[in-house]
Amino acid sequence: MTRTRRRKLLSSLFVAFCGSAVVVALTPLAFVLFFVVSQGARAVNLEFFTHMPTPVGEAGGGMANAIVGTLILTSLAAMIAVPIGVISGVYMSEYAGTRFAALVRFAADTLNGVPSIVIGLFAYAVVVVPFKQFSALAGGFALGTMMIPIIARTTEELLLLVPGSMREGALALGATRARAVFSVVLPAALPGIMTGIVLALARIAGETAPLLFTAFNNRFFNIRLTQPLSSLTVQVFTYATGPYEDWHRQAWAGALVLVTIVFACSLAARFATRRLERMHGRA
Amino acid sequence: MAAPVPTPTMTPTAFVPAGAAAKIDVRQMHFYYGPRRVLDNVTLQIRPHEVTALIGPSGCGKSTFLRSINRMNDIVPGARVEGSICIDGQDIYAPSVDPVDLRRRVGMVFQKSNPFPKSIFENVAYGLRINRLARSREELGGRVESSLKSAALWDEVKDRLHTSALALSGGQQQRLCIARALAVEPDILLMDEPASALDPIATQRIEELVYQLKARYTIVIVTHNMQQAARVSDVTAFFWLGKLIECDRTNKIFTAPSQKLTEDYVTGRFG
Repeated sequence: MTRTRRRKLLSSLFVAFCGSAVVVALTPLAFVLFFVVSQGARAVNLEFFTHMPTPVGEAGGGMANAIVGTLILTSLAAMIAVPIGVISGVYMSEYAGTRFAALVRFAADTLNGVPSIVIGLFAYAVVVVPFKQFSALAGGFALGTMMIPIIARTTEELLLLVPGSMREGALALGATRARAVFSVVLPAALPGIMTGIVLALARIAGETAPLLFTAFNNRFFNIRLTQPLSSLTVQVFTYATGPYEDWHRQAWAGALVLVTIVFACSLAARFATRRLERMHGRA
Repeated sequence: MAAPVPTPTMTPTAFVPAGAAAKIDVRQMHFYYGPRRVLDNVTLQIRPHEVTALIGPSGCGKSTFLRSINRMNDIVPGARVEGSICIDGQDIYAPSVDPVDLRRRVGMVFQKSNPFPKSIFENVAYGLRINRLARSREELGGRVESSLKSAALWDEVKDRLHTSALALSGGQQQRLCIARALAVEPDILLMDEPASALDPIATQRIEELVYQLKARYTIVIVTHNMQQAARVSDVTAFFWLGKLIECDRTNKIFTAPSQKLTEDYVTGRFG
């Protein structure tokens, strides 16, 4: 009897310990969200989405240019990184045992670990300097470079989870290897890959450093890819470090919009995944 | 020469090697995974429109033998075949033979049902699409329907062709895989323990199906279940430790095998 009681006591102790660890881990998130929402909500209004920044000293204005800029930059990054990343992932899983695949995997992990400011410098050197121009393209290039290894590794891992019997089934029907991969194995892993892509997008949408000297910033509304482009993160950075009270309010509003975009991305990813999985009969 | 392969006993009513009439003609075939020899000097003729059962304990090489008939072993690194396997007189390991083309003619059903994560319709249509076997949407639909009918699945799924194949029961999934294999109109159907993961009712349906299908196909079936081999097959081949010990009419194998080893195995003394 005493043994049982002791065991139950220990069990509840450990449950309590695990529970408090979770609370500690989530506290910073709660605070971040609390401050961003409480400070941002006061500054966010319709004007923030539809208006351009006002000149210093003039109240009001918004970040319409930065919001559009962030959308453009993340789209550019996705256009670069999704095809390259997914195809590298396919390569790594198809030729998993080869030395070159191991090299690619190592390179992807290394690239993933490179500080984002260094990625920014790289984009500066290869895109900005030759064209003598800060541009949206340079920013998209920098963000895309950051996304490639994330997508490649996610794709690889998800492809390796697809049972080999799927591939065999396709081959046994007279499919070529490429056909089996692209028509059966890849679609089977697609829900997970989509989630990976959206999470990667959410992550790079929050990057500031790679944009500082690539896309730079732009006080004006711009959709030309060869021109400097504003982004939420750089705008928040500029405003938050500026000396004006009004700028600080705008920075909080920008932060709130950014967090909302990232949150919406994650939700959309979950939703899309669930729908796809239902189609695949797993849910 | 010490005969490593016991030749089938000749009795007037019993097994006669098919010779030139063989659909699948395997001669002095050795199979290796890297340095390891898995099949040792197998010679076996399989006649058209018969069901040939491959029996033997786990690891005896019967699945490997089956998978070498449609060259599925090609995808295993280090796999190597010596000797010859001919289908309709053509050596399938000749350099001129494209394994992709071969596999369309030699269908395969796996131990564990492996429907694609697509709809029921798309599963059956897959082979037709990749091999461009249907010229129109109508033809595609018609061939999907007739394949599902051949696999005795049509009545159960005709109202939900466009729902996920993964929602089907285990037995239905396996019949779907059979329908998928039949859709590309192979001559030969290889079945690797197709019923081992199914309950008795589903197993019975698969066995009935095998019986019906042999009129149109040459069937080679690997099974662990000796009763199943006795029920469905015309000819039974007994493998042991990578060797073909005996191959004869099924009723002979189960009632009066010529080898002591075969008798011990089919009577359940080992294995």
